[in-house]
Amino acid sequence: MNCSQCDQKAVLTLQHGKACKRHFINYFEEKVFKTMNKYQMIGRSDTLGVAASGGKDSLTVLYLTKKYLEKNNFVNTSFFALAIDEGIHNYRAKTLQDLEIFCEQYKIKLTIVRTTEEFGATLDEAYPKVNKDTHKKPCNVCGVWRRYLLNKHARALGATKVITGHNLDDEAQAIMMNMFKANISMAAHIGPITGVQEHELFVTRVKPLYFCTEKETRLYALLKGFAIEFTECPYSQEGYRSQIQDMLNGMEEKYSGTKQGIINSFLAILPLLREKEQREKQESIKICTSCGEPANQEICNACKIKEVLIEK
Amino acid sequence: MKIGIFKERENSRETIDFTGKSVLDLLRHLQINSETVLVVRKNEVLTEEELLEDQDRVDILSVISGG
Ligand code: SF4
Ligand SMILES: [Zn+2]
Ligand SMILES: [Zn+2]
Repeated sequence: MNCSQCDQKAVLTLQHGKACKRHFINYFEEKVFKTMNKYQMIGRSDTLGVAASGGKDSLTVLYLTKKYLEKNNFVNTSFFALAIDEGIHNYRAKTLQDLEIFCEQYKIKLTIVRTTEEFGATLDEAYPKVNKDTHKKPCNVCGVWRRYLLNKHARALGATKVITGHNLDDEAQAIMMNMFKANISMAAHIGPITGVQEHELFVTRVKPLYFCTEKETRLYALLKGFAIEFTECPYSQEGYRSQIQDMLNGMEEKYSGTKQGIINSFLAILPLLREKEQREKQESIKICTSCGEPANQEICNACKIKEVLIEK
Repeated sequence: MKIGIFKERENSRETIDFTGKSVLDLLRHLQINSETVLVVRKNEVLTEEELLEDQDRVDILSVISGG
């Protein structure tokens, strides 16, 4: 099977035809750059903190951010990689090692923030205590920690935007999870560029891979030769999200374009969701009385977790 | 035909007897959703229509990054 645009062998079937290695790479990069432009993700005087883990998504978004800045001659835009080490055994050390090698190779400044330094515990140590009554898996703690540390440290390092490697699959899953759980207010907070409420302590988050599927991103990383060994968080096979993921992939295999359809529908209603959220949100963002970071209540979620850990 | 398979996610190797023709047939046979993998033969990524040959060795790479 050959590429629809030339006589080279195809590597992937896209919605509009087949693509060889070269045409796929062009297609992918153009898609990402278009997304960056359309949502004005990167400005000429921005300082960008790229949330990085060492997986295919973060290496791809790091590489393409650098390429975008060079291509557009954004000489005043600086950027750095920021990683959170939650100390997940048998997993995080490996991905961070991949990240360190990558950043060295591409001369990208890297900062690693460890939860042991910030909260005095690894995720493996913390979640059995925090989720003692619910017996939940650690993803809730992991999510709170990561959001908190990324925002706090990106801001401390001067970032005006945080870039994340969320892809189309991640987003389609998040949309469906919020739908299934009737969590409309949460849905208002996702999207290619976040922010219902502007607040000086919140760094805006942007997702350049928003329209790239997981498969496309893995293929791009593979064709570009980014050294990634397959690793998987030991907790990732569990929980609600992975069921949604299986469901969506099952639908996609039968009805190609399903995930893109979810994204398109969501983007069409997102402005209305955000308007509703703005209108109905009675209280504005508070400042955590314990740590001074932005919070929904008197005490932020990260500090609540901290309290539980100290009690024990 | 006989196909040698390396599955990245399980880090496992096996050789299977297979009566289909294409990459898609192989994935169906293995009950793997084509959305979740890339199939590579001799450093070349294969589309689902690509035909396999006896004694081929393929790597099945997982596109899903958990976490
Ligand atoms: S799967 Fe692993 S990395 Fe992802 S949120 Fe859960 S614990 Fe954190
Ligand atoms: Zn081509
Ligand atoms: Zn706090």
